[in-house]
Amino acid sequence: MSLGGFEVDIERQVNGGLVTEDMTLSMGPQHPSTHGVLRFVVRADGEIMKEAIPDIGYLHRSIEKIAEKVGWHGFMPYTDRVDYVAAMPCNQGWAMAAEKVGGIEVPKRGEYCRVLAVEFNRIQSHLLSVGSMAMDIGASTPFTHAIREREYINDLLEELCGARLTFNYMRIGGVAWDLPPGWKEKALAYVERFEPLIDEYNALISYNKIYTERLANVAVVTPADAVDYNLVGPNLRGSGIKFDVRRHEPYSVYPELDFEIPVGRGEVGTLGDCFDRYIVRMVEMKECCRIIRQCLKQIPAGPVIAKVPRNYKPPAGDAYVRIESARGDMGWYVVSDGTSFPYRCKIRTGSFSAISIIQKLSRNLMIADLIAVIASLDLVAPEIDR
Amino acid sequence: MLTLDPAAIHAQLRSRFGDAVGELVGQGGDASATVPPDRILEIATFCKTDPGLAFDCLSNLSGVDYPKRSAIQIVYHLYSYPNRHRFVLKVDAARDNPVVQSIAGVWAHAEWQEREVFDLLGVDFPGHPDLRRLLMPEDWPGHPLRKDFVEPEEYHGISTSRESLLKA
Repeated sequence: MSLGGFEVDIERQVNGGLVTEDMTLSMGPQHPSTHGVLRFVVRADGEIMKEAIPDIGYLHRSIEKIAEKVGWHGFMPYTDRVDYVAAMPCNQGWAMAAEKVGGIEVPKRGEYCRVLAVEFNRIQSHLLSVGSMAMDIGASTPFTHAIREREYINDLLEELCGARLTFNYMRIGGVAWDLPPGWKEKALAYVERFEPLIDEYNALISYNKIYTERLANVAVVTPADAVDYNLVGPNLRGSGIKFDVRRHEPYSVYPELDFEIPVGRGEVGTLGDCFDRYIVRMVEMKECCRIIRQCLKQIPAGPVIAKVPRNYKPPAGDAYVRIESARGDMGWYVVSDGTSFPYRCKIRTGSFSAISIIQKLSRNLMIADLIAVIASLDLVAPEIDR
Repeated sequence: MLTLDPAAIHAQLRSRFGDAVGELVGQGGDASATVPPDRILEIATFCKTDPGLAFDCLSNLSGVDYPKRSAIQIVYHLYSYPNRHRFVLKVDAARDNPVVQSIAGVWAHAEWQEREVFDLLGVDFPGHPDLRRLLMPEDWPGHPLRKDFVEPEEYHGISTSRESLLKA
């Protein structure tokens, strides 16, 4: 057979179909849609993947080992680097783990400051997630809208703690600084401005036909699989499981706050598809605004940090703390041997669970859909490797 | 939904597995019991499938090195979504040749967690479908989270340290 002057040998199978060969592709480590440095070994037949095997470790900084070397207080700035998109919850997880093993009570105002910071950080993280998801799919305008709003939150958090990304705001026993004068008014003004923009964003992209077609029925995670792989946060709720650590394993002042837990409903396709995971984040941002409003109203006067010795030596023992980070249930297991250095700190992150399910999800997906899957699971590569 | 307290969960495990399940240590969500490394598979399977316990989620799996008592401890944090209770199982493996049954067949989440422990602490998990290094390079010497790990001076000709730029 001749194709444009080239002689091509085509073998024929017995059943008449063409013989094809699997192609093995390396995707990453520096691929713009992998949200950090990670690699996939893709085995594909044409455009259809047989399997995508994640290869991680490019961002492994041994943060858990560093914890054993720098002491209880000294580890706080490192927790920012576990998940730099949502560093406040990491701060809180470490602080709570250290407080639990040492039996320290945080003053009420300190807890409120923490919740305010964490909820703003959650909005900020979700904005980056939904914005970059739209961009990965091919719509670049929504990203600019999301990033614009995110900048204002960066400004607010900068006023709070002096940093825009890696905050180092919390301390064992509370937070480093009280709210600056006038901050509450600015925060409220921002929430007033931001809440209607969520609807605008929905009108811009969420229910856009091209967008929903790309996400509906893609990479469906059944509720049983979600639990088996320990998916957490919006990924778990996207599969219809109504579970939120803030509500069901309550900590801090969340029992005093009223908020809804959005779950996926299979609105445009099947329950647990990429769209469900996406839309849960959109709704969650509204709930964050609700929590922030209540916090600003209810925050009591008083100290923001408890008295904690400079040379902190919690008694020997271990503790496991779970918090709801932007990427869901984050587990902190700490062991103390009674010295000024943590004996062991293990961090179980949401992205770690999420990436382990990709090999299973990728079977029989289009290569282009892998991008949608990565974005919808909201992977943050440094959080996987730690 | 029937939330059980740790004592009740421990009593159930004791009545099923007898002395293989150690004493209940600690309180609240951190209450734990130690089980032998060659029984963890059946105990984990029971925890997941027993309708009263219904631990459908392995929340966390950690490895801790204890050179003083020459053990590597694997810590399993179990959680039940239907019953909203938790329990902690601990397994002590001999440090010079740590072998612990794999539970990757019980909870899919354990597959990657066990790979991480294999990588960073050098624990073997017989029964694991794909036990490879997860975070470190394939040819990395040793297991970094062991307490006596010494960082190699170079890796493929790349120095891992440098002279201080601050001269005293």
